[in-house]
Amino acid sequence: MTSASPSLTPLPAASGEPSALAEIAQETLALTRRLFVQLARRPSTLVAGVLQPLIWLVLFGALFANAPEGLLPGGISYGRFLGAGVIVFTAFSAALNAGLPVMFDREFGFLNRLLVAPLRSRSSIVFASVLYITSLSLVQSLAIMGTAALLGYGWPGGAGLLLVLVTLLLLVFAVTALSLGLAFALPGHIELIAVIFVANLPLLFASTALAPISFMPPWLGWLAALNPLTFAIEPIRAAYAGSFHLTDVVLVAPYGSLSALTCLAILAGLAAGLFLLIRPMLDRKLT
Amino acid sequence: MIELEHLSKRFGGRKVAPVQALDDLSLSVPAGSLYGLLGPNGAGKTTALRILCTLLAPDAGQVRVAGVDALAEPRAVRRLLGYVAQEVAIDKILTGRELLHLQAALHHMGAADRLERTAELIELLAMGDWIDRRCGSYSGGMRRRLDLAAGLLHRPRVLVLDEPTVGLDIESRATIWQVLRQLRDQGTTVLLSSHYLEEVDALADRLAIIDGGRVIAEGTPAALKGALGGDRVTLRVREFSDEQEASRVRDLLQACRGVRQVVVNRAQGYSLNLVVEDSGVVETLRQQLVEAQLPVFALAQSRPSLDDVYLQATGRTLSDAELSVAGRRDLKEERKQSMR
Repeated sequence: MTSASPSLTPLPAASGEPSALAEIAQETLALTRRLFVQLARRPSTLVAGVLQPLIWLVLFGALFANAPEGLLPGGISYGRFLGAGVIVFTAFSAALNAGLPVMFDREFGFLNRLLVAPLRSRSSIVFASVLYITSLSLVQSLAIMGTAALLGYGWPGGAGLLLVLVTLLLLVFAVTALSLGLAFALPGHIELIAVIFVANLPLLFASTALAPISFMPPWLGWLAALNPLTFAIEPIRAAYAGSFHLTDVVLVAPYGSLSALTCLAILAGLAAGLFLLIRPMLDRKLT
Repeated sequence: MIELEHLSKRFGGRKVAPVQALDDLSLSVPAGSLYGLLGPNGAGKTTALRILCTLLAPDAGQVRVAGVDALAEPRAVRRLLGYVAQEVAIDKILTGRELLHLQAALHHMGAADRLERTAELIELLAMGDWIDRRCGSYSGGMRRRLDLAAGLLHRPRVLVLDEPTVGLDIESRATIWQVLRQLRDQGTTVLLSSHYLEEVDALADRLAIIDGGRVIAEGTPAALKGALGGDRVTLRVREFSDEQEASRVRDLLQACRGVRQVVVNRAQGYSLNLVVEDSGVVETLRQQLVEAQLPVFALAQSRPSLDDVYLQATGRTLSDAELSVAGRRDLKEERKQSMR
């Protein structure tokens, strides 16, 4: 059932079939296309998805506008500090919700259409969601970065943009995989929404999105320093701070200092780990 | 073409009393036949089909399609199968054509093949007028036809349909019946479940009657009905007779040669139900009634139906069986488990 399974020898009649990669690409593109057609015909999701982080940025950024100068590390303004947090949190929320459409497909019987089809790999379902959410997050992020620039909170520059893209891709992959795993494992959408609801805001507050670790009591500092969101926020924040190298320290955690590269490696490890963890769930029916 | 051997499947257990959906069910569907799975709701038809289509793993048993073991090589079996589920699986936002194209990609069809096949099926199922509208606007019959088209797109050797005509308008039902017959004539093996007697009787080359998760009768409709022997006759001497007269008629009938199982049906104005061995017996009956100076208000004769077959095997009619099963099922729990 997994694409690596030895039982997947093709039927005698189907010799000369296209490569696994081509088939996975075909499946993934078709499923991604469906998600984009849905988005195009229901643009309210996109509009709300772009507006919401902007409201966060404007209102939350204004909240501490008159805080004493030099309060934050590096003496930056709160609005400038917040931008990276809003970008990451927006992408995180979108990815965390990725399982919902799959859950509804399951409940309406549409998922059976995918499961009865001879998909080369059911990972295509994950890849499609990752492609879709990453694209959506990029649009949202550009809107956030554009607004932040207009508000005078700075602009990350070309190399910085690339870093933002890579970081978001890794985070979205990890969280989307988790969410899809939940969509296969939980009994119904009520339970999935409950999990999303419980996970969402606490992960935001227990990260460096809204405040640096130096502001936190030790126990929360530890939580924030272990929170995957933090590993995504800090490299992006560093990109905003100006020219920097991947090996520069971006996070001073209670357990040590981490460079941007280490943060990205941790995210990549997390994405790979979660993907491997949920893979069996996609195939669970027959194993 | 399809071999189900000793399938067992049990649902529930933790919170609700377990339901034995399949209980050592075995079934063999010959290649190129149109095979009916008849049984009341809750008999295990859907569970059997879901196991066949690799959506559900059995607790025990074997599944083979065209010699391929479905439990060991599900993907190979999925390529052979087209499955039209009981719940129509469409996406309201997509148009019918977009859904078919998605389906084509899931079966790794090339662009030319996809266009050709889509055009063929649009014509076959008369979907041309509405295929480019969004599925959300479709009627039940349109959805069902689109679903059937999606199941047929990749030219499966085996088509599996779960209750394909439930709640359909007459036109859509006729279209689907015609398509299923054509497919069978072209060599596709078609397996459909139904709780409509007349549907299975009219369509199926062979059928299995399922009850309580096991096969209780199997054969061609004609053979199954023929095995019961004799025609069913309902006789009323007047519109509303009484007990005394009814027993007099019963005694008279029982004395006739070729008459069996005479039953007085109180609920229907003391009419009499009986089985006659051949049509000639009915003429003799008429004469005897005239000689005894008994009137005949109504006399109806019919061949045995599949319902009689079911009645013979289980001691109850299909509709009685559905009523008794309705209260026992925990559909939510079954659904939850079957989705995993």
